[in-house]
Amino acid sequence: MTEENKKTLFIEGKEVEFTDEPNLLEVIRKAGMNVPTFCYRPDLTSFGACRMCVVEVEYPNGRKMINSSCTMPPEAGIKVSLNTARTRRIRKTVLELLLANHDRKCLTCERSGNCELQQYAEEYGIREIRYADKTDFLPIDDSSPSLVRDPNKCILCGACVRACTEFQGHSVLGFANRGSKTVVQPMNGRPLGQVDCVNCGQCVAVCPTGALTIKSDIENVWKEITNPNKKVVVQMAPATRVAIGEMFGLEPGENSIGKMNAALRKIGFDLIFDTNFSADLTIMEEASEFLGRLKSGENLPLFTSCCPAWIKYIETAHPEMLNHLSTCKSPMSMLSPVLVDLLPQKLGIERENLVVVAIMPCTAKKYECKRDDLMRNGKADTDFVITTQELGRMIKEAGINFNSLEPEPNDTPFGEYTGAGTIFGASGGVAEAAVRTAYEFATGETLENVDIKDLRGTTNRCRDVEIDIKGTKVIVRVVSTLKEAEKSLQEIKNGTAKFHMLEVMACPGGCINGGGQPRSCDNSKIKAERAKGLYKEDAELPLRKSHINPSIKKLYDEYLEKPNSHKAHEILHTVYKDKLAGSYKDIK
Amino acid sequence: MSVGTSIDTRKLDEIMESYDYNKSNLIAILQKVQEVYRYLPEDAMIYIGTKMEGLSPATVFGVATFYAQFSLEPKGKYEIRVCDGTACHVRGSMPVLNAIRNKLNLKEGQVTSDNGLFSLEIVSCLGACGLAPVCVVNNKVYPQMTSDAISTILDTLIKEEA
Repeated sequence: MTEENKKTLFIEGKEVEFTDEPNLLEVIRKAGMNVPTFCYRPDLTSFGACRMCVVEVEYPNGRKMINSSCTMPPEAGIKVSLNTARTRRIRKTVLELLLANHDRKCLTCERSGNCELQQYAEEYGIREIRYADKTDFLPIDDSSPSLVRDPNKCILCGACVRACTEFQGHSVLGFANRGSKTVVQPMNGRPLGQVDCVNCGQCVAVCPTGALTIKSDIENVWKEITNPNKKVVVQMAPATRVAIGEMFGLEPGENSIGKMNAALRKIGFDLIFDTNFSADLTIMEEASEFLGRLKSGENLPLFTSCCPAWIKYIETAHPEMLNHLSTCKSPMSMLSPVLVDLLPQKLGIERENLVVVAIMPCTAKKYECKRDDLMRNGKADTDFVITTQELGRMIKEAGINFNSLEPEPNDTPFGEYTGAGTIFGASGGVAEAAVRTAYEFATGETLENVDIKDLRGTTNRCRDVEIDIKGTKVIVRVVSTLKEAEKSLQEIKNGTAKFHMLEVMACPGGCINGGGQPRSCDNSKIKAERAKGLYKEDAELPLRKSHINPSIKKLYDEYLEKPNSHKAHEILHTVYKDKLAGSYKDIK
Repeated sequence: MSVGTSIDTRKLDEIMESYDYNKSNLIAILQKVQEVYRYLPEDAMIYIGTKMEGLSPATVFGVATFYAQFSLEPKGKYEIRVCDGTACHVRGSMPVLNAIRNKLNLKEGQVTSDNGLFSLEIVSCLGACGLAPVCVVNNKVYPQMTSDAISTILDTLIKEEA
């Protein structure tokens, strides 16, 4: 920073420096102060819809004005007051008007206690609303396997529309109509389950109210747990362990896996395994598949296949590129069939009495577990997917004091994992884990430095890294968000793509920032903390390469033979379908 | 996902092509499409939303529903616009409107007559207050309307079409 572009302004009488902050609100937050907002999300463009962040600005020439701080660029020398009688009155009126047009059944709302509208109405002491109650109620849309849309709770802040557009390039949700009839909805009010929504849940993550929520499977899981005839086993994704603690006041990125295991046992799960184990299994298959494709030169670049939103995107929008997708199932969907095939015999129970639950940072996994191609004998291997948020809710419902739990280990043998499995939860992690194993598979030599730091990061959504596998140069591209992925797909179509492997995660920053994680949309730094938590665990683990996981070796010896064997293909790989028919692009 | 009117995608491509597939020209493109179909078929909006960069079916629908000039329902061969601006209103545009509704058997909220020949729209001002009350049928202005006069006009048109 040079002296020249160091400028100052005054906030609440305090002199504050600023440089290239995009708006006044960021300067206010950097100075350790805050103003309320519904529509401002640091990772999205400023919109200025809600008018809650208004501040009073006095210019050096004495002119005074009210402005929304999220859309106003910082200017040198201005005096900003955050809390004047005028701004408070404006905010109160905004809240009253929003509440007048809001379904105020807060007590039974999915977001109760976690809703920004409720929070500010309380903080600003709104006890009476001068306007008439809402009378026209619109139907709730629960057609999606992942999300529920309740237009009666929408405050038209447009955060979901921007998330869908700016993250996924998709705009499944859009504004329709005008004035008092404005609504946010999919094309022509179609049900969410019938449009090209990829179920990523980023709209839920940014929604300040209960207008968009996660479709809950909590009751289904409780029902199975309390059924004495059922054995309920559970697996949890890497990204969940570094976020669940946030719901209990722990720091973002703090690894709570031990407490999580303890809580899950207390809740009543019979066996606790870890999706990290099957992340290692995924790498065994995917690294072998990648080397096979490198050798034959076919179907390159290879696309990773862990993200169900990405899979659905390719199937509906680019079915001509399905051959690039790795045929590997996701780690969740690899572990479940292994459990279903091996556990009933081990536990001496019937298949029907085994219930597999997965805890995921992801709303799209709720869609994935119901996919036709993952059904075997007409039954899904993963019975229920609950998100990190839903698990947090269950822990609270069970009256467990999470913070005072003693860490417990998980169950063997499908709980053992390496650092490579852990980093799956962050963007770039799958690629890094695959490279660690592919290098050793290809060269037969030990990879000394397993840290490939260029592949990491939560802010840069597209990065290319060249890896030297003993003379063979391989370019790995890591992208997060489907908007970025689409650019890479266009490069492949134009013939300008140079990369050999494409890792895609639909959520910005990867699974750590998934739609099912505890809400953090107003703080873009939390995802970096969560990623740090995963890389920290990776660095601390004694084993950091998937193929040296002894439990994985044992599983291959006893059951799957070897990577990409016939048996492995039967259980761990899948086929994708051209789903253009019925999608938006299906108009000839 | 073909429902409703079958659309000619080549025609749509032509229109988008003439505007360089530029999303800033969306309103002009929708106007051209409406000229072709006399309304905006759902499939046409979806097609445009998937073909043009930076748009989606939902955003095209948003624009189409924001502006009163776009219709999501087929318009009639004869588009009748009845002015209900202040001047026309005080000079009796409502009896004219009711006469049209009765003549064409239009129920409350119905825009287009059952035979698809006529569609009715209420507008706020046509800028011809001196001629109030005013009706416009397919861009031809009819000044100083009464319920009898509009009935005669409609009768003539119906006879022509028979």
